[in-house]
Amino acid sequence: MAIRETSAGHEALGLDEDDLRRMHYHMLLARRVDERSWILNRQGKAAFVISCQGQEGAQVGAAYNLRPGKDYLYPYYRDSGMTMLLGQTPRDQFLSLLGKKEDPNSGGRQMPGHFSSRRLNILTSSAPVGVQYPQAAGTALAFKMRGEDGVVLVCGGEASTSGGDWHEAMNFAGIHDLPVVFLVENNVYAISVPAKFQVAGSIAKRAEGYGFPGHEVDGNDVLAVYEVAREAFGRARAGEGPTLIEAKTYRMTAHSSDDDDRRYREREEIEEWRKKDPIVRFEKYLMENGVLDESERDEISERIKAEVAEASEYAENAPFADPEDVLVGVYAEA
Amino acid sequence: MPQLGESVTEGTITRWLKAEGDEVAIDEPLAEVDTDKVNAELPSPVAGKIEKFLVSEGSTVDVGTEIALVAVAGESDSPASDAPPQENTAADAPTEEFPASGTEAQPAAQDTERQQEVAHAGGDGRGEIEDAETLRLTRSSPVVRRLAEEHGVEITEIPGTGTGGRVTRKDIEGYIEEQEEREEYAPPGLQEEREAFEEPEPEIERVPVYEGDRVEDLTGTRRAIANRMSASKRQAPHAWTMVEVDVSGLAALREREKAAFAEREGINLTYLPFIVEAVVESLREHPVLNSVWDEDRIILRKRINVGVAVDLEDALIVPVIADADELNLVGLARKVDDLVRRARARQLGTEDISGGTFTVNNPGALGSVVSTPIINHPQAAILSAEAIVKRPVVIDDAIAVRSMMNLEVSFDHRVLDGGAALKFLNAVKRRLEAYGPESDTG
Amino acid sequence: MATKNLLQAIYEGLAEEMRSDESVMVLGEDVGRAGGVFRVTQGLQEEFGTARVMDTPLAESLIVGSAIGLSVNGMRPVAEIQFADFIPPAFDQIVSEAAKFHYRSNGDWNCPITIRAPYGVVPGGALYHSQSIEAWFCNTPGLKVVAPTFPADAKAMIKSAIRDPNPVLFLEHKRTYRLIKEEVPDEDHEVPLGEARVHREGADITVVAYGLMLYTALAVAEKLSEDHGIETEVVDPRTLYPLDKETILDSARRTGKVLVISEANLTGSVSGEIAAIVAREAFEWLDGPVMRLGAPDVPAAAFAKPMMDYFVPSAEEIEAAMLELARY
Repeated sequence: MAIRETSAGHEALGLDEDDLRRMHYHMLLARRVDERSWILNRQGKAAFVISCQGQEGAQVGAAYNLRPGKDYLYPYYRDSGMTMLLGQTPRDQFLSLLGKKEDPNSGGRQMPGHFSSRRLNILTSSAPVGVQYPQAAGTALAFKMRGEDGVVLVCGGEASTSGGDWHEAMNFAGIHDLPVVFLVENNVYAISVPAKFQVAGSIAKRAEGYGFPGHEVDGNDVLAVYEVAREAFGRARAGEGPTLIEAKTYRMTAHSSDDDDRRYREREEIEEWRKKDPIVRFEKYLMENGVLDESERDEISERIKAEVAEASEYAENAPFADPEDVLVGVYAEA
Repeated sequence: MPQLGESVTEGTITRWLKAEGDEVAIDEPLAEVDTDKVNAELPSPVAGKIEKFLVSEGSTVDVGTEIALVAVAGESDSPASDAPPQENTAADAPTEEFPASGTEAQPAAQDTERQQEVAHAGGDGRGEIEDAETLRLTRSSPVVRRLAEEHGVEITEIPGTGTGGRVTRKDIEGYIEEQEEREEYAPPGLQEEREAFEEPEPEIERVPVYEGDRVEDLTGTRRAIANRMSASKRQAPHAWTMVEVDVSGLAALREREKAAFAEREGINLTYLPFIVEAVVESLREHPVLNSVWDEDRIILRKRINVGVAVDLEDALIVPVIADADELNLVGLARKVDDLVRRARARQLGTEDISGGTFTVNNPGALGSVVSTPIINHPQAAILSAEAIVKRPVVIDDAIAVRSMMNLEVSFDHRVLDGGAALKFLNAVKRRLEAYGPESDTG
Repeated sequence: MATKNLLQAIYEGLAEEMRSDESVMVLGEDVGRAGGVFRVTQGLQEEFGTARVMDTPLAESLIVGSAIGLSVNGMRPVAEIQFADFIPPAFDQIVSEAAKFHYRSNGDWNCPITIRAPYGVVPGGALYHSQSIEAWFCNTPGLKVVAPTFPADAKAMIKSAIRDPNPVLFLEHKRTYRLIKEEVPDEDHEVPLGEARVHREGADITVVAYGLMLYTALAVAEKLSEDHGIETEVVDPRTLYPLDKETILDSARRTGKVLVISEANLTGSVSGEIAAIVAREAFEWLDGPVMRLGAPDVPAAAFAKPMMDYFVPSAEEIEAAMLELARY
């Protein structure tokens, strides 16, 4: 299957310069927040980091199609690019990282990366891999039952397509033409297991077996992802059913702060992919198209740096929840 | 040393990336650190001048250990101070209190008593467990025990209809109800006598409580004791008499024999077995002291079951030496030792505390020289043995120093008179005074 | 008021609830066109249509997972697992997901789903159509597990379960679907979750039971009363998690003798939880050991009738246990 790259300029995709700047800002913000998280971990302040680095293009490109407050997102643990695009803040990220009371995802009950926001229609996530897919299918079914044009975007890594839940959801979505977009961020590694031992054949081609379109796309080309996702969202809104998008990207960091990736991959491989860094490529596009120049870029960079520093300090000084809070909220009240 | 990863407990500085004396910026890599999960660069958490590395390259230290001193601009450096050495406060050795008079009619300090217990209990240090059948009969069930204690009733005295003869809740509830009814029923002709002797039910006037007063609610045990003592005093007109006993010979005998006895028999030789033996033999001669008042008759008991009062912190308990007249001195010594030990350990069964016909009390162990005990109702009499005190005494018109012990008897004046009481007391006295250093302790 | 069996009562409860609330829907294998393999949902698809009464693929994880997804987007799904024995594939979605939604999102999300499943031994059911699976779920905070045995209770409690904002596992003893009949009120009769019911008052012993065992115990209690004058108090927990401790303890304190009966394997059963609560909190009132009766610790009831009969506590065994305890 041919990998789709940007086939059109941004105007043809219906994006204006403000959109582009916004996309760029969120990709860079996600990157910088993530970098700071690693530093906090190495300083012993954050117990656990799980990164988005390298996947910002796939995330922002796809999620940019979500209508806030209307569509639903089922992210997986790397999708901080998406959650901040939808409205979570750098402070939220660090509060979650440090498990503080104000953490919007869980009040410090969950590890970082387990996003949740009812207000932003981001579903609460957990650790078992793949459970989000049947849930996303159910959420899409509800839209269909009420004749609404809401869309559900559900995401996971390539390893999440190995488990039964993904297949059950794909099958169900195909039977009922559900308005769900399956985004698989194939970042080549599931902890240490490379895709060649994870995936038989092609992920994108499986959609055909379930009766709907599947596309492979250059996951590090934000506009290419945007384009293919835009089509997919359009299909879903029109009641034409689900789409599978396999975004080919790469995990630039180890699986998490508890993983030493030198045990299973070569530095050279990482360097090869660094040349295809989605942020660098997009900045090149922006500069070539006169949307951004060096000084603007530096200014944005500085602004983001300050934002990140402020957010980090805020979270570091924020209080933990009371220990007795542990007992609260097991059941919802009527 | 930061914690680099969950469950990591230590780290190794593989390489310092700066030198002592260098300036370091915030977040600038300071060292390479190796753990069993990851290998990473450590970004400096502060900006300043590196004063000293506290850990050398290649060393492994626990998470949390100080690894470097950096002088941050504007702060004076404070060298790490050693924690003050821990002070060991020596626990005070518990002081053992012995009765002022130094008698050992009962083993003296409770502490030593308990220590002895531990040494003696079973060969492997664990006591024997009673079997289910026995426990069903003696301890029944929680609710039955509770009702028994609340009403001062003994489980073993109630007929049981449960498994293996167990007293069920219904059985004990029925029994208690019956008892209350029986107390109301009076045989014809005795009613007037009863009314003449019984005090009218006092109107219960509550006592006011003032600020600062401490109110203690009655425990089941306290209430039971209160009821028994009141009943005893109310029903039996108590009279009392006393004799002085010269136990110098007995004391000398005990002094001579106690080591050998302890070695031979494995228990201490106290005064109590001697007293009990004397009491038992005297009761044989004077059986009216071993009897019970029953409305219109006196029942002289055949069996001589001597109760020995044991004072526990929160209770007064009277374990019974059944058929005490069948035991010799050594047997009595053993039995007393066993009962007292089990009493203190709260291991007495109902059979151990029932069926007594006479009671021996030993306030002498706590230093008393005179006391007026309350009869252990429904017995006819109780004997108190007081402390053994060295006193100046007149013998053959000369003053001698002798070991003297007072013996008193409180008795139910309905059953017997002072003469009988004194005849009995003197018999006991005679026997105790007959001991000398050469006597046989068989 | 009309006499209904358990099956009809559950159907009625579902239908009434679906009429009064458009967001209530049913999904599962064979629930729509065929009306369910036990006919519990028969008639629902005719009345409410194929969207609201949906035949799903054979995929238990999907059934519960999609129910979760529906419930966070405005629907109140009642998912059916065809036999409780087939719940294991859905375990992750029930325990890791539905039960924890509210707590893990710090109260932001909740998951108002009901999962119905028939359980219990039936002739010919054998190892994979007979199991009692409640013990697997009765220590999952965030989940509720109910097992009403009598029709009036079941009708009221299916409504309570649907209305509950938390995930509820609703267990139905398949042997009693047609066996137990009762007058079922027409009006909106309410039974809250977490409340037990005393079927029969008595002063001598307490029996706590549910499912077919409850039905059998009630019959034995009558026999004991006639033959021996022993009066049994029979307590039906109705909700297994969380338990109505107060009702059970109140009875335990009155009689002092408690026997817990269920059809589940004895070790690790919910009966053990009930016994532990009684032993601790009714200790001073106990006049006999806390007893349990259950199935032997073997994998479920076998196919051949003699082996199946051996597995399930029989009326004779129940009578013997009750007598032993009453006479203790």
